[in-house]
Amino acid sequence: MRHLAKAHEKGDGMKNATVGLLAALSLMLASTAFAAPDQEQIERGHKVYDKWCFPCHGTGVGKPGTDSLVARGQKPAVLEERTDLTVPAIKTFVRHGVLFMPMFRKTEVSDADLDAIAAYLTRNNKP
Amino acid sequence: MKVPPGVSASDFAEAIKQFEEAVGKEWVFTSDEDVAMYRDAYSPFMGEPEERVASAAVAPDGMEQVQKVVRIANRYKIPIYPVSTGKNLGYGGSAPVLSGSVVLDLKRMNRILEVNEANAYALVEPGVSYFDLYRYIQEKGLKLWVDVPDPGWGSPIGNALDRGGGYLMPQYRNHFDSHCGMEVVLANGEVLRTGMGALPGAQTWQQYKSGFGPWIDGMFSQSNFGVVTKMGFWLMPEPDAYLSGTVVVPRHDDLIPLVRILTYLEDTRVTNGMPDLGSPLLGIPMLSDFATRFESGGTPFERPLDPELSDLIAKGGGLATSALDGYAQRKGLGYWSCKLSFYGASKANAANWEFAREKFSEIPGVRFEEGENYKLPLTPEQREKVHKPQFGIPSLAMFSIGARSAMNPEPASGHMWFSPIIPRTGEAIFEANRVFAQAAKEFGLPFLSFNLPSTYWERAFIFIFAFPVTRDVEFNKRNRAAFNKLIQVAAEHGWGEYRTAPAFQDAIMNTYSYNNHALLHFHETVKDAIDPNGILSAGRYGIWPKHVREAKS
Amino acid sequence: MRLPPGVTSADFSKAIKEFEAVIGKEWVFTSDEDVDLYRDSYSPLWHEEDEPIPSAAVAPDGIEQIQAILKIANAYKIPLWTISTGRNLGYGGSAPLLGGSVVLDLKRMNRVLEVNDKNHYALVEPGVSYFDLYRYIHERGLKVWLDPPDPGWGSPVGNCLERGGGYTPMRDHYDAVCGMEVVLANGEVVRTGMGALPGSKTWQQYKYGFGPYVTGMFSQSNFGIVTKMGIWLMPEPEAYLSGTVTVSKHDDLFPLVEIFANLVNSGTLQATTLLTSPLWFSPPNEELDALRYSGSVPGLEDYARRKNIPYWSVPLPFYGPAKVIAAQWEYAKEKFSSIPGVKFEDGPSYRFPLSADQLAKMTDTVPFGIPSLQIFSIMGPHGQGHLGFSPIIPMTGEAVLESQKVFTQVYRDLGSPGGSATTFPIFSFFARAFVNIYLFPIEHDVEKNRKTREIYRRLIKESAARGWGEYRTHTTFMGDISDTYSFNNHALRHFHETIKDAVDPNGILSPGKCGIWPKRMRKATA
Repeated sequence: MRHLAKAHEKGDGMKNATVGLLAALSLMLASTAFAAPDQEQIERGHKVYDKWCFPCHGTGVGKPGTDSLVARGQKPAVLEERTDLTVPAIKTFVRHGVLFMPMFRKTEVSDADLDAIAAYLTRNNKP
Repeated sequence: MKVPPGVSASDFAEAIKQFEEAVGKEWVFTSDEDVAMYRDAYSPFMGEPEERVASAAVAPDGMEQVQKVVRIANRYKIPIYPVSTGKNLGYGGSAPVLSGSVVLDLKRMNRILEVNEANAYALVEPGVSYFDLYRYIQEKGLKLWVDVPDPGWGSPIGNALDRGGGYLMPQYRNHFDSHCGMEVVLANGEVLRTGMGALPGAQTWQQYKSGFGPWIDGMFSQSNFGVVTKMGFWLMPEPDAYLSGTVVVPRHDDLIPLVRILTYLEDTRVTNGMPDLGSPLLGIPMLSDFATRFESGGTPFERPLDPELSDLIAKGGGLATSALDGYAQRKGLGYWSCKLSFYGASKANAANWEFAREKFSEIPGVRFEEGENYKLPLTPEQREKVHKPQFGIPSLAMFSIGARSAMNPEPASGHMWFSPIIPRTGEAIFEANRVFAQAAKEFGLPFLSFNLPSTYWERAFIFIFAFPVTRDVEFNKRNRAAFNKLIQVAAEHGWGEYRTAPAFQDAIMNTYSYNNHALLHFHETVKDAIDPNGILSAGRYGIWPKHVREAKS
Repeated sequence: MRLPPGVTSADFSKAIKEFEAVIGKEWVFTSDEDVDLYRDSYSPLWHEEDEPIPSAAVAPDGIEQIQAILKIANAYKIPLWTISTGRNLGYGGSAPLLGGSVVLDLKRMNRVLEVNDKNHYALVEPGVSYFDLYRYIHERGLKVWLDPPDPGWGSPVGNCLERGGGYTPMRDHYDAVCGMEVVLANGEVVRTGMGALPGSKTWQQYKYGFGPYVTGMFSQSNFGIVTKMGIWLMPEPEAYLSGTVTVSKHDDLFPLVEIFANLVNSGTLQATTLLTSPLWFSPPNEELDALRYSGSVPGLEDYARRKNIPYWSVPLPFYGPAKVIAAQWEYAKEKFSSIPGVKFEDGPSYRFPLSADQLAKMTDTVPFGIPSLQIFSIMGPHGQGHLGFSPIIPMTGEAVLESQKVFTQVYRDLGSPGGSATTFPIFSFFARAFVNIYLFPIEHDVEKNRKTREIYRRLIKESAARGWGEYRTHTTFMGDISDTYSFNNHALRHFHETIKDAVDPNGILSPGKCGIWPKRMRKATA
């Protein structure tokens, strides 16, 4: 598996698709209203996050999601530390994936679990 | 709504209704939005009409529900495609081989039915992930290790059925080989248990593999002969200690004795972890170094090649040759290296490493580097430093390879693997490099100039080449064409692939053609006998049901 | 002349003529005298009406001849019973399960096609014996070991297909199989694993190939005729060391087995050994006999203490570099030291290759990869032959005790045949489970054999009732044992039958093998 190409050709089509998705997401980041989640929901979300998101987006070494966001200049790069994520953005990433992150199905993360993750990750957002 | 091929809309609607009755309405997915989540996120057909997509997905919970779904599918001749966790990305993910199939998503069947510490085994359902099993064992404080593949989110059952590999002792890192006993729902809805499991109340279902009479477990791997609903796995007791040491040899031709001695040492179990080859000269990192650098947030390609060396390589036609020996010597760089791992009693590890050094000493100029030496279990600080799968700890760090980084600012959206098996000799490594370098040049592939094989399986080598998958249709088309040509080139040299994504399963099965495709015909005979309506995973690994074969011919 | 069931005498005569035409008259055996040589000399049905005696035997040399035979057998629906060397005595020998079958004797296909001492494997035909292969390796001075089973005259192909066991780290014989060539009932030749790739370079180096892994289907089965097999060999190790662990109390068995299992599963112990109670195997005397009969634990423990006999004992064999195996034995001792009163005794140790002098003094060379027939000098005195009953039990002390109790009770109820021991040795031929192997003496005595069969069938039943199944058996009992593997109303056997009907529609290959009958014979036997 070490034999991955160092760099590969990058077509415009791909770039456009990525840019398009990111643009859509930043729109959502900007426009979504804040709703206060309850504590129980946040705790549940924390558990689901630990199971499904932490292995890639957590703190510590060897977390490709975090590494990738660091490389993009995102600060903070660890999702749990962010205060700018919105519920629709979180849901879009989980259900549609982005780049090498695949989508997660409802048998993995149910709609209720996803609501809880969203509640957890937006818990510190400022209204 | 997409409808499975050959099924009328009204039949499909009726079948969906019955699926809903069988598993509950919320576990039958038919909306475009829900079904889209079953697309292969790394599909090399992304954005093309050939992309294989599901018509719907059904997620049963329990063997009885699987039986019901299968019976309904038989009634309406609906193609269904079981996935365990659908995470074998690069080898097909959760999407079916035949477009319009209904995905049978077994993720909800996620029970760990038994973990036995004294006899070191587990019995699990297909929806259990490596992370789940690891967590369970940690929470109970059992002194057992799970052999995990690089990405830990997949299913032990799914990975073993696809015959994946890991890093621990040979009998564990061969994931199919480490299984013991299956429960399988057949296409007709009957459930059988293999091995000792066929004996009601069996006491050794997870302790003895083959039972009595024909041993059929292998038939359900890389196949479409049944739906595996339970599977036993042998686990590795936590060893007393871990030791590693690296052998470095100075010259190009030293690879031949290096591999010969390595093979002797592995076949006598002197070294029992996964041997790890690299080239200090060419900057080819050993897999564990590569992975560890990612684990620690570094990049694997730290050292760009010295221009003098690049020139020398270019003069040799891009290949590693003896012409580089002098350069290697001047710079004090080893040409090849091999890290050996030892799991066992700490004194036995030391004695094994000593014996290995003695054997390698026949190569003039060989050097040895001491590596890690851990008394187990690892301390939390040690855990942070190591390549986790070599200590039975699941991780997703391998995905950092494809992730955005300083070296890779515009990452691909996925990858697919080209993975031929070659003989375990130094000569075969050289020959394969010549052949694949030539092919890469011809097909415009961006391979590194020299490749070293992996050693997931004892007794053979495997080359694993990653092809990026992007959202660029033309790029993917070119890569698919190159992939198909590589399959042919490999087959012409007697090398076959061990596994592949659905896009290439027919092409590879076609190369396994001894005696006019006799083995495939045998598979087809079996398929027609046990799944006469051809409902299970049509096309998986090149095996198509009769009605599809007839329509094609 | 005996006829295959359901075949007319006229058809059979025609078939025999056709067999002769394709393989030569001298390789078709039909005279009583010749056919008798294919009887199972260890048959528990010897000289009874039910003894399955073949109608003829044919000995092809090569795939083309096998294909020609199959064509004829298909045309006349003649059952063929395939044997490699026919030496799995105790499990059926060369005789068919179905009387009147024609034995397909592959002994003439005895070529050693390749032995590779860099990648450590052999590719052989079914007629090659362990002796043949050993000789081939020895003559060329190749540094690889075989793992022979106890008697060395059998076929590696046959023994692997029957899933037999040996003594070195390569002890699980089916597990060492890498790649097969199989002639199907319709005459088609398939190669499994990487062999399906024309010109494959790794047929003997990677087992699975691509797509369904079907090799196992041809073991203990009647789905095809295996004509070539790759077998992994072990490079000659540097040294061997053994040491024996003994404990003094009955209940010490539990930690003894638990530690043993851990050492096996962690790779410290890699070879076959034998767990015994020296109390059970000590020479009989009145006091001990009474204690053994009563099963009184305090009594037996007291006796053991007085006579200085251990209660349980297990020798541990180690193969590898001399310093490593010394360290492994030391580690094992450290682990077993958690059992109070445990004792250790150093056993023999060797450096390889063995000297002529060492070899001359050695009673049992099998654990060192050298085939022999010495096992027959142990079993010989007890009768004309033997019959193996071999249930797989969990690798736990509890299972060992329970199995001894259950099997002893069967003997008490039914009486023991011909002076046999009343307990089973516990072997570790396979990685994770124990196998009890009891060898019944077989004599050419109808009454004794009838009794033996009664006991055997009772053992199968008692064993199955506790969730223990046999790993292999004599043809006489294949149906009985197949019946016990009955999960979900015999679903596995139905699956086997579905395959059988698809790949051998005329049901000509080894009818009844391991309980699998072709469709046309199924009702009659159900």
